[in-house]
Amino acid sequence: MMLQHKHLLGLEGYPAEDIQTIIDTAFKFREVLDRPIKKVPSLQGVTIVNLFFENSTRTRISFELAQKRLSADTVNFSASSSSLKKGESFKDTAQNIEAMKIDAVVMRHPTPGAPKLLTEFIDAVVINAGDGTHEHPTQAILDMMSLHEKFGKLKGLKIGIVGDISHSRVALSNIYGLLIMGAEVTLCGPPNLIPPFIKELGVEVSTQIDEVIEWADALNVLRIQRERMGLGLVPSTREYRAMFGLTQERLDTHKKEIVIMHPGPMNRGVEIDGTVADGDQAIILDQVLNGVASRMAILYLLCGGKSSEGDES
Amino acid sequence: MKIEKIADNLVLKNGTIIDPYLGKTYEGDVWIKNGKIAGVGNINIPNDSTIINCSGKTITHGFCDIHVHFREPGREDKESLQTGSRAAMAGGFTRVCVMPNTNPPLDTPESINFIIKKAEKCPIHIHPIGAVTKTQGGNDLTEMGLMHQEGAVAFSDDGLPIQDGAMMRIALEYSTLMDLPIINHAEDECLRAEGVMHEGKISTHLGLQGNPDLAESAMVHRDLELAEFTGARLHVPHVSSEKAVHHIRKMKINNEKVTAEVTPHHLFFNDEALRCFNTNLKVAPPIRTEKDRKALIEGVLDGTLDCIATDHAPHTIEDKETTFDLASFGMIGLESCFGAVKKVLVDEEGMTLESLIKLLTVNPRNIMGFDSDLFGEGIEAELIVVDSDQEWTFSREHVQSRSINSPFYNKGLSGKVIHTISCGFITNN
Repeated sequence: MMLQHKHLLGLEGYPAEDIQTIIDTAFKFREVLDRPIKKVPSLQGVTIVNLFFENSTRTRISFELAQKRLSADTVNFSASSSSLKKGESFKDTAQNIEAMKIDAVVMRHPTPGAPKLLTEFIDAVVINAGDGTHEHPTQAILDMMSLHEKFGKLKGLKIGIVGDISHSRVALSNIYGLLIMGAEVTLCGPPNLIPPFIKELGVEVSTQIDEVIEWADALNVLRIQRERMGLGLVPSTREYRAMFGLTQERLDTHKKEIVIMHPGPMNRGVEIDGTVADGDQAIILDQVLNGVASRMAILYLLCGGKSSEGDES
Repeated sequence: MKIEKIADNLVLKNGTIIDPYLGKTYEGDVWIKNGKIAGVGNINIPNDSTIINCSGKTITHGFCDIHVHFREPGREDKESLQTGSRAAMAGGFTRVCVMPNTNPPLDTPESINFIIKKAEKCPIHIHPIGAVTKTQGGNDLTEMGLMHQEGAVAFSDDGLPIQDGAMMRIALEYSTLMDLPIINHAEDECLRAEGVMHEGKISTHLGLQGNPDLAESAMVHRDLELAEFTGARLHVPHVSSEKAVHHIRKMKINNEKVTAEVTPHHLFFNDEALRCFNTNLKVAPPIRTEKDRKALIEGVLDGTLDCIATDHAPHTIEDKETTFDLASFGMIGLESCFGAVKKVLVDEEGMTLESLIKLLTVNPRNIMGFDSDLFGEGIEAELIVVDSDQEWTFSREHVQSRSINSPFYNKGLSGKVIHTISCGFITNN
């Protein structure tokens, strides 16, 4: 095994050298993606199940593409088409999948800790593709890869994360990963959407987005869930845009270069203006491509070693 | 664990007798004749006696747990009065009060009578607590007077906190008619929201929805004010937070009718233990921080918290071996209780064994109005023999409950119950 942990459940406590190994490997696979034939035989004969208990479009497509580019055999399993609706327990679902002799499971689940629980029921490698409001480690890795691509390093970078921190697994994994890699993190959002104990993780908190723009090298703008509007959490979309939106006017008043990121899907005109998202400072589509490369690297490093050739791109 | 009928003449010989009622500790024998105390101290041992050598052991009152869930009627797959009795005896408990959140709930005189009748066949004393409101719905008072006549010893909608302050006031006012305690699981449901563990640093790390200490302390404060206003007896169950201890301590100065309990698990664990997503530690109210745990210990030491109660809450494997959001709240606690609290309060915090035993005997008995002079001649034997120095590791073999949802497995405990004598039976644990 090329990484210290068998599974990728989260970035809390993850070794810095392993994060660096994943990012370095991801850059190699990124070269593969720029070739006319974007496929290597690295995971030939490896069977991977994409186990999605929650809707996902981009994360699942990204994983599927990564698996296909690596020549793995993949099966998709989503809760809507599964026996879960018939009341099958999580344990039974897990054990059934295990019985079918698969090598790895990529799982998304609405409950924090579900991937950890899965590792207790099965022997296969488990990769967390998002567990509720806990972690989304592959998203954080692709975000860090994108920052690395832009700045050539992570150490010492100043990163602002803006939005609904309380309900964001993207934020939590980014916080863990960035701090491990030596970056500084400031969180920004409505006070009621920032967990009261978050500072104990080693981050700064601000409610003034203009201050954060002034401070940061890059801003990671989170999607503000429309479901949160009108639940007393965010008064309205226009209020949110006025107080926390990354608008063109706001960006124009700050005469500085700043890198703009977004994990998608975007609410244009709410947390980010369309012109900002499409502008020169945004690296949002690079993130998407790096997402495939990062996931190829993670799958290769965790499931590789079965195939004897085609390891190097 | 074996349960046998006790011999006609049974002598517990050469033990250290701790009498928590008289507050005396001395060496001696206890003679039990036909299930009743026939003599304590230096006994002329009858010829046909069965003798248990208790040298190096402690002989004391059987423990009393005023907060257990035995799931009967309705969920006998989790526990029954019979299996719960075995779990109790394994932990040294000879008397328990069962909570009414069964299916159907104990909200009528007839259902109270059902428990009383079934309990007659059990090897321990089981007292039903009646529901405060019909179906535990929080709206409509139960027939408390008739339920009391059938044997209800207190009233509680445990598990379903009484949210409506006016309803709580009415219940407290009405309860003064019987002068029985109202036990309100103190949790503001709106503040608790979807919380599954204590809201703090650890819940932030795990991304689990937090249940703030305020959800408890705000409700405890309301109940304390209502208790003072109505003059009723309020018992606060399973206190979990520093803030709630603070409120109770303050209010007790002027209101001696307020009592409170603490569980072994809130004294033993802090929320760091949930880092591994162990659903056996998912409990209501939640395990809180080390600071809260220390405040609970202080509350026990200064008398703010009157007694220990386990909140023994059996659940099936399926209820617990699942994702954290779906897992049921609660854990079993009777078998591990003494070893856990003796370790924390005596070994670590320097409390005397005598004081600890009071928290498990006379103090809970006083709250429920049970007789406490258990070494008196002619009293039915309700005693235990304890090896208070024994260090042991809790494991599956120690569980007598029908359910196995304990977070104490592989934990080192201190002090073990060797024999429990109750209702004419004796165990060999």
